[in-house]
Amino acid sequence: MNARIKKLRQQSFRAVPDISIERALLETEFYKAHFGKYEIPVMRAMFFKYLCEKKTIYLGADELIVGERGPRPKSVPTFPELTCHTGRDLKILNDRIMTPFKISQADIQAYETRVLSYWRGRNMRDRIFNQVPEQWSAAYKAGLFTEFMEQRAPGHTTLDGMIYKTGMRDFKRQIARRISSLDFLNDPEASDQAQQLKAMDIACDAAIVFAERHAELAEKSANTEQDALRKEELLRIARVCRRVPAQAPTDFWEALQMYWFVHLGTIMELNGWDCMSPGHLDQHLAPFYEKGLIDETLDREKAKELLSCFWIKFNNHPAPPKVGVTAKESGTYNDFTNINLGGLTRNGTDGVSEVSYLILEVLDELHLLQPQCNVQISDKTPDRFLKAACRVIRNGYGYPSVFNTDEVIMEQLRVGKTVEDAREGGCSGCIETGAFGKEAYILTGYLNVPKILELALNSGVDPLTGRQVGLATGDARQFKSFDALYDAFEKQLNMIVDLKIRVNNYIERMFAHQMPAPFLSVLIRDCIAKGRDYYNAGPRYNTTYIQCCGIGTITDSLAAIKTHVFDQRAVTMEQLLDALACDFAGHEALRLRLHNKTAFFGNDDDRADCLMQRVYGSLFNAIDQKPNTKGGVYHLNMLSTTCHIYFGKMLGASANGRRAGKPISDGTSPSHGADRNGPTAVIKSLGKMDQVKSGGTLLNQRFLPDLLETEADITKFAQLIRTYFKLNGHHVQFNIVSSDTLKKAQVYPDDYRDLLVRVAGYSDYFVDLDAYHQQEIIARTEHGSF
Amino acid sequence: MTTGILFDIKRYAIHDGPGIRTTVFMKGCPLACPWCHNPEGIEPVPLLTYNQSRCIRCGACVENCPQQALRLTAEGVVSTGVPCTLCFTCTEVCPSGAREKVGRQLTASQLVNEIRKDAPFYDTSTGGVTFSGGEPLMQAEFLLEVLEFCGHENLHRAVDTTGHANPEDLMAVAERTDLFLYDLKMMDPDKHKKYTGLSNHLILENLKCLAGNGADIIIRIPLIAGVNDDVKNLEQTGSFLKLLAGVNKVHLLPYHDFQKSKYHRLGMPYGSGILKAPDRQQLARVRKQLESFGLQVAIGG
Repeated sequence: MNARIKKLRQQSFRAVPDISIERALLETEFYKAHFGKYEIPVMRAMFFKYLCEKKTIYLGADELIVGERGPRPKSVPTFPELTCHTGRDLKILNDRIMTPFKISQADIQAYETRVLSYWRGRNMRDRIFNQVPEQWSAAYKAGLFTEFMEQRAPGHTTLDGMIYKTGMRDFKRQIARRISSLDFLNDPEASDQAQQLKAMDIACDAAIVFAERHAELAEKSANTEQDALRKEELLRIARVCRRVPAQAPTDFWEALQMYWFVHLGTIMELNGWDCMSPGHLDQHLAPFYEKGLIDETLDREKAKELLSCFWIKFNNHPAPPKVGVTAKESGTYNDFTNINLGGLTRNGTDGVSEVSYLILEVLDELHLLQPQCNVQISDKTPDRFLKAACRVIRNGYGYPSVFNTDEVIMEQLRVGKTVEDAREGGCSGCIETGAFGKEAYILTGYLNVPKILELALNSGVDPLTGRQVGLATGDARQFKSFDALYDAFEKQLNMIVDLKIRVNNYIERMFAHQMPAPFLSVLIRDCIAKGRDYYNAGPRYNTTYIQCCGIGTITDSLAAIKTHVFDQRAVTMEQLLDALACDFAGHEALRLRLHNKTAFFGNDDDRADCLMQRVYGSLFNAIDQKPNTKGGVYHLNMLSTTCHIYFGKMLGASANGRRAGKPISDGTSPSHGADRNGPTAVIKSLGKMDQVKSGGTLLNQRFLPDLLETEADITKFAQLIRTYFKLNGHHVQFNIVSSDTLKKAQVYPDDYRDLLVRVAGYSDYFVDLDAYHQQEIIARTEHGSF
Repeated sequence: MTTGILFDIKRYAIHDGPGIRTTVFMKGCPLACPWCHNPEGIEPVPLLTYNQSRCIRCGACVENCPQQALRLTAEGVVSTGVPCTLCFTCTEVCPSGAREKVGRQLTASQLVNEIRKDAPFYDTSTGGVTFSGGEPLMQAEFLLEVLEFCGHENLHRAVDTTGHANPEDLMAVAERTDLFLYDLKMMDPDKHKKYTGLSNHLILENLKCLAGNGADIIIRIPLIAGVNDDVKNLEQTGSFLKLLAGVNKVHLLPYHDFQKSKYHRLGMPYGSGILKAPDRQQLARVRKQLESFGLQVAIGG
């Protein structure tokens, strides 16, 4: 790390996140003046352009890659058109101890009088909540599922390599050609398409204006710059900003800046979930890197410096803070950009290049919160690359996470994508599979699967509130067999999933009509050709995901009920329900029996693993192939991010001996403490899940550093991963920390500020997590004792 | 089919031979080394362990003990003075896992089913199964049968032995074993007897014999400061090994006392007073001295 990178890294690391109300003020002004005068897509594009023309721009000392979403690093705008913070929300964000966003009293006041007064009742969140059926609200409040689109726009978008070959002016030409070919006489959609295309054209102009403003700023700064070297750099920055994104990049520097402007555009336009990701960055940059080495305009060190500058830019952009109850609870600055390394090229050859190794180095040296990075490992990926990644994993930042490229491709082929598009795809956000640059794969919310079993045990009544939120499937005490209970579970499941889908479909339409994303639509293939927005079936593929949580908890709970109530008949259903109702108070022996004398998921034991397969099959049947409103279908996803903590809070005691309020199992990992036979047994159990039928699964494993001490250990660790992938595992990630370190970090947070840990599908600073998350990281099984 | 008695099966064993392995811990050992990491493996029969910190004083064991050999006190469950017949009823009714049976009987094919579970990992890593203990050759007939079965499935087989075994048994095992991890504690027969209860005569003879037959052997030396890290013992060890054809790999296993709590749960006295872990400098010195005999020395398994 050279002096420049050290300084920029420190600056980024130390900057305190704050809320900038600039975007909200500009937007409110704009809406007041223009809403109703134009078609919605055009108005959205005009606002985007207005924002690009007016917002405060920033060029920091020593920067090589330029541009910020807010007025300065870590200054985060709000998106009142989607979800509008109240004065109280903003105060909570300012005051909360974990992951605060600072904001002045004056700004809070201005926000309330000038922003909230306009957007209250007009923003998407208010409009959604005003329309949903009562049954949905009851299930939502009971914690059966979450709804992504109440806080942020649909997203999880990742790009392919198109922008490195196509500048905004090229896109404008494509749009103009498309408009000129519209058949207004015979095509009933032509007028709508014309509006969408016009909006996309304006969005291209907006991006060009934004870059040119940076060029001007750089030139102006160069004029007064005393240091000759820096003056030279500023003039170079100006030239780069004059070129991209108006035209395709010609060298490594321009390629990085191209992506960065495009990235900023998408996150200024809307706040789509999981930010935006460059996807296979190493593959996109490799030709520029090689060209630079050949024509001697670039060397390895310079490339690394530019990459580091680029890396720090991501870290300057915390996730936009949420509103409402979650403002107090939610705890991460991470916005989930997840860069893919390695994998396969479009033609099916190995995608690893010198740039892949270079990025691993940058990742290791900077170890910042963002961006996240993963390695895509196919059968063709060289072992030396996997091992290089394992050495970074050993350092304990929680990344890179590791994906099975061949499985990711199979998942996509199963749902009808072309093999080339599937290879160009990969994983974004946490573990979500998508065809990069060609697909809207929208996550809609998490499903609390153990809570659905709770409904089946209570005939549809939520025991926490006493409200009937599910179907009256009958008194569980009367169930004569395990199958009768399972049948009740399946009925509840189907009802809850259908309820969720019904509202998802409504929200999908809302975004398609009210909140188009013309700039994003330019970047995703087929939107221009179809003349349709990203949110309205513009992309080549349109997938909707529901993320199922707690497979470990429900499997273990079913296993416990089956073993003790139905097979051994040692415990009656009545005894069990009584014990669950009072959170095992006075029933500790029963709780321990359930917990210790049941075969649990994660031990390569078919007694539990077959139940997991049965639940997984039910989830698949309930979700997969249901139509969305964009010509695509629903698929299931098996991840929880941090939602297993919220879902645990909303769930009473469960039959696996888990106490009320404790987290449910994360992703597809076994329940805490359930896996007692080491990582190979966990992997074997996971291998029994037919993962190819999902859009991704998530396996968390904690390793202590001493298991990865020597090169021989690293080799075996890599072989462990390879074996999981041979068994068709989708993803695995490792936390390499000792619990002693974690406990010390709890006591002395200031001494451990840079301790990064893998939380769910992402890494976070351990000391930034609340006590719940911290405890959960400590509680995750340590595979340290063999 | 014969049955054997095991006290543990550990998967993802990465320090007991090449690749990713499953280590099978077999019960029974002729030696009684005070530094033993697996004291539960010494007796050739199942044992009862009691972990007081896990006990919730529910009294299930007291109520269900057919001998009325247990009673509940504030400190936990203690003996009434009536001897335990090791019927293990208490371990079945104990909800918390405080009372556990150590040792289970398996047939050879049942054990092979367990070993086979991690076959995909052996394939990727050229790993396999390691038989350890205790002393696996204490159950020679069972061991031979399991080795034979593993051989049919082309699984790589390692045997971790004290070397104190019937020479005929050992030679029969050698025919069905791909690698020996052979423990060599110390060279002086009297000292060996003092610490382990038996002379090392048979151990050294067996090792010569194995090496003479061309077996693949890695020597494992548990290194305990003040017991076997002296210059003289290492000199003798080096000289002995130098004369064995084909034996040139040595793994030093530094003593540690992580197993202390195990002794407590088993109700066994722990002689830690005399035992010390070697420090880094001592390890380096030992390594250097053994390397001077042309041996390849690694620390750890």
